This record gives sequence, structure tokens and C-alpha cells, in this order.
Amino acid sequence: MTSILFIEQLLNGIQFGTMLFLMSAGLTLIFGVMGLINLAHGSFYMIGAFCAALVAGITGSFWLALGASLCGAAIAGVLIEILIIRRLYRRDHLDQVLATFALILLLSEGVRWYFGAFPLYLSIPDSLNGTVPIFSEIIYSKYRLFIILMGFLIAVGLYLLITKTRLGIRIRAGQNDREMISALGVDISKLYTVVFALGAALAGLSGAMIGAIQSVEVGMGEPILILAFVVIVIGGIGSIKGAFVGSILVGVTDTLGRVFLPDLLKIFMQPAEATAIGSSIGSMLIYILMALILITKPSGLFGKS
Amino acid sequence: MIIEKFINKWILFLLLIIPLCGLVFEEPYYITLTTKVIILAIAGIGLNLALGYCGLISFGHAAFFGTGGYVTGILSFHALNDELLFSWPIEFLGTSEMLIIWPIAILVCAALSFIIGLLSLRTSGVYFIMITLAFAQMLYFFSISWPTYGGEDGLSIYVRNSFPMVNTMDPFTFYLICLVWLVITLFVSFKLINSAFGMAFQAIKENEERVKSVGIETLKVKLIVFVISGTIAGLAGSLYTDLNRFVSPSVLDWHTSGEIMIFVILGGMARLYGPIVGAAFFIILEQTLGAYTENWQFWLGLILILEILYVRSGILGLFDKKKNNE
Repeated sequence: MTSILFIEQLLNGIQFGTMLFLMSAGLTLIFGVMGLINLAHGSFYMIGAFCAALVAGITGSFWLALGASLCGAAIAGVLIEILIIRRLYRRDHLDQVLATFALILLLSEGVRWYFGAFPLYLSIPDSLNGTVPIFSEIIYSKYRLFIILMGFLIAVGLYLLITKTRLGIRIRAGQNDREMISALGVDISKLYTVVFALGAALAGLSGAMIGAIQSVEVGMGEPILILAFVVIVIGGIGSIKGAFVGSILVGVTDTLGRVFLPDLLKIFMQPAEATAIGSSIGSMLIYILMALILITKPSGLFGKS
Repeated sequence: MIIEKFINKWILFLLLIIPLCGLVFEEPYYITLTTKVIILAIAGIGLNLALGYCGLISFGHAAFFGTGGYVTGILSFHALNDELLFSWPIEFLGTSEMLIIWPIAILVCAALSFIIGLLSLRTSGVYFIMITLAFAQMLYFFSISWPTYGGEDGLSIYVRNSFPMVNTMDPFTFYLICLVWLVITLFVSFKLINSAFGMAFQAIKENEERVKSVGIETLKVKLIVFVISGTIAGLAGSLYTDLNRFVSPSVLDWHTSGEIMIFVILGGMARLYGPIVGAAFFIILEQTLGAYTENWQFWLGLILILEILYVRSGILGLFDKKKNNE
């Protein structure tokens, strides 16, 4: 029984981790290439989810909704990059933090203005409803399995994009030496816009996919934004590989910690106390993990020191 | 500079005159509002030391502000309910005396900022911003999931903690107490900034390597500034709990960290009176825009972005031509 529960929760952790990866991949790319801390990344998560809910409401199709989340967030990303973000690349981190924090206020309130304060709902398509047997007696939600698959597919796609394509070469070159590649005739400001839009689109997609399990509401991007920060700090800022390892690590630690820590503490504690202490430590676990990693490796697992 | 000094005097004058008018015309609301500005300004003054003068971009000062708030809430909660806070090594019942609460809140926040500072200062740049943010979030989630003190719903203390000989429930009396704290923190900052130690931490902001090369242990200096900064923010948190007679996880939320930062930036970084101007502007904005629209934070966001993109020197900096041209 416990082992079934364990595998189920492990899968939940991986599912959470893959969604975290979609967020943190964009965040880490944007930081790696443009040197920008983008607190407003969570807003694209929210925008993606709202676009999906809107399109699903009109057309009734989940797949069109997913497409809408990608496009909507990418368009928002392009607009915001051209209007505001572009002016921040040369500024120091403090200005970037504040401007993107202000952007969160602007976008969250804007969405609340337009859509109202009530959460919207996005339903899972029938073909992904229900459960599917994995091993002999373990059954698991089809939709969550779909999320894991999507996450891994996108991770592979991103890997191919970065290592095999011309755009990927430019992105990597941009990470290493901005001035050199603009001297070689690459339109650097267009490249920045493309990278920003790519990051925004990935965030939007993950917002839509998570929005179907939870609800679509203003402020939904903030908790996951901060987790994505934890991920890229653990993985090393600028490293996609680090973002992937960090995401799975954080997703699994968080999920398993919350579920099993109270039970674990019950072995040598009063049940009521164990539940209280276990759940509060469980919710702090990833931050403790991050502190431990930073103490041993101040620039993260895969970061350049 | 002359205009800036003039504005500083006006601000202090307003902080005095508005509550007095409130007293005369029996509008206690304005007294409470001014008290709120003062308390938020104290938190801003704390952050300004680390952020403005020493260049330590802490995005986690809510941790100290909130901890100060919770220490106050918990102590008076126990005193109120006659419940033992701890029984070892001595039996301690909590307290509702401000004169005991303040030192405890200060000690706890100093210890906390020492630990967080010690760990965070191993990193720099973006990592420092994010690790301070993460520590604050850690406490935030702890406060939500810890059921004893109200969890997500927060903790009410019903009666303001007491101060010998006066009635703290009277808004004007409590305002005076906060005003005294504001003057003390301003004085402490002023003395610090102009001391030899202050020269050292301001030099670190400019060029840490050079400061190191003249034989100053920069890590130690930064840690001390961080602890002082966090402790002042914690004190503000303690007063904030007493102002509202309520404390909830929202004081530990990262929006709180962002807002304290906004006070510092809006007013003008590394200016003694900057956080007061920033906090006052923030509250005025909240009151005036908030009266017209529920979405006043939309406009706050817009103003902030314009400030950062085009003005860059805060409100006080607008009047300081000399520094602008540098």
C-alpha cells in the first residue's frame, strides 16, 4: 500500500517538476542571454491560463486553448519586451527587480479589471479524463501523465533547439559574448525579443496546463514564480540543464515532503504534533534544500562560478 | 540640496500637523494613517541602510518585518490567554508590556537577520536577491502551515500592548510612541552613515574590491549592516502589529518585501528622509486612487515603471539637480 502511494506521489512530484521546468527554462534563458531578472515571468503564466480559458469558453476545444495560451503569452511577451523590458537590459539588478515587480502589479490588476476577481475554470478534455494503469496495480491520472509527457517532450525540443539549430547557436553565443555576435551581424535586439517571447510562451503553456487542474485566477503565477526562482538558484542561473535537474528535484522534494514528513514524524511523536510540525517543515523543505546547496555551492549545481 | 532640505522639513512638519489636526477636529482616522506612514517609513529606513547605502539588494525584508510582528503577536497572545509560552528554563507567560516586547522583538530579529545574512552574504548579485526572497518565503509558508497562531487566518490580539503611565489605545498616544521611534531610527541612521563604519559600508557599495584591499573585512561590515537593517525592520513590524492589533502571514508575504523596497526607491535611495517621503507617497496614493478605483495598484505599477525608466532618482532626487547630473 505504501509503495503504491509512494510511486503515485513520486509521479505527482515529477509532474509538478516538469511544469516548474517550463517556467524556469524561460527564466533561466532570459537571465542567461539578456542578464535580466524577470519577476513578471509569473504574469505570463497567468496570461497563458486566461487566454486558454477564454478560447476554451468560446470554442470548447482544449487543444485550441493550449495553442491560444502559447500564442497569447508569446504576443504579450513581445509587446512587453518592446515597450518596457528592452530598456532594462543595461540597468542594474535593482532596477530590473523593481520594474518587473511593478509590471506584476500592472498585469495582475489589468487582468482583474478585465476578467473580474472570480476564478475561471478550464476543463480537461474527455480523452484525457480518467485514469490509466501503469504497472500491475498502480493506476494514475491520464491528464497528469500527459503533463509529464509534454514536459519531457518540450525539454527534449528545447535541448535540440539550443544545440542543433541556428537560433540555438545564436542564443548560446549571446550568452557568451553579446558584443561579438552583434559585431558579426546578428540582430541582437530581435534575438532578445525572440528569446523573451519563447520564455513567455513556455510559461503561458504551463499556466494553461496547470490551470486545468487548479483554477485560473489572478495571482496564480506568483507561488510558482518563486518556486521557479528557487529552481534556477539550485540549478545555477543561466543553465537549462540545471533548470531541468533543479525542477525535478524541487518538484519531488516538495511533493514527497508534504505527504510523507508528517507520517515519518509520527514514528517518534504524538500524531497531532507530528502532523503540525511535519506539514510546516514539509512546506519549508525546498528552501532548506536551497540553503544547503548554496552553502556548499554558492553558484548552484550547474552554474559557472 | 536646499530644496531637498526644505521638503524634508515640510514632511516632518506634515507628520506633526496632520495628527494634531486630527486631534483637534476629532478625526482619529488621520492620526492612524499618519502612524501607519511612520511605521512603514521606519521599515524603509531599515532597508535603506542595507539597500541604499551598502548596495545589498535584499528582497526579503518582509522576513524581519513579519517576524517582529509575529513576536509581538505571540507574546501578547500568551499573556492574554494565560498560556505558558515556554516552561524551560523558566516559566514564561508572554507579556503585553511594550517595554519588554521591544527588546525581545529586537533580539529575535537581530538573531534572525544574523543567520539569514550569514548564509545569504556567501552569495552576491542575483543569487543574493533570490536567496533573501527565498528565506522570507520560507517563513511565510511556515506561518501559514503552523496552526497554533492562527495559520492563514492570522492572530488577533484585541488590545494594544501597554506602555507604562499612558493609554496606548488612544490613537494620538500611540502615534507619539511611533514618532519617537522614528526619530530614534533616523538619528541612529544619521550617526551610522556619518561614522567611520558608515564610510566603510558606503564605500563597499561603490567598489568592494578596493575596500578589501585597504584591509577592511567587507563580509563582516556587510553582515553588521544587514543585521542593523533587519532589526530596524523588525521593530517596525512590532509596532505594525500593535497598530492593527492583528498580525497575519501577509506581513511575511513577498509583496511586503516589494513594498518596503518601493518606499525606499520612490523616496530616493540613500537619502536619509527618502523612505519617509516614499511611504507617505505610497499611502497618499493608496488613499486617493483607492477612493476612485479598486485597481489602484495598476496605477501604482505604472507610476513605478515610469519612475524607474525615466526619473531614476526618486521623488527627493527630482529636486536635487547636482546629484542628477553626475
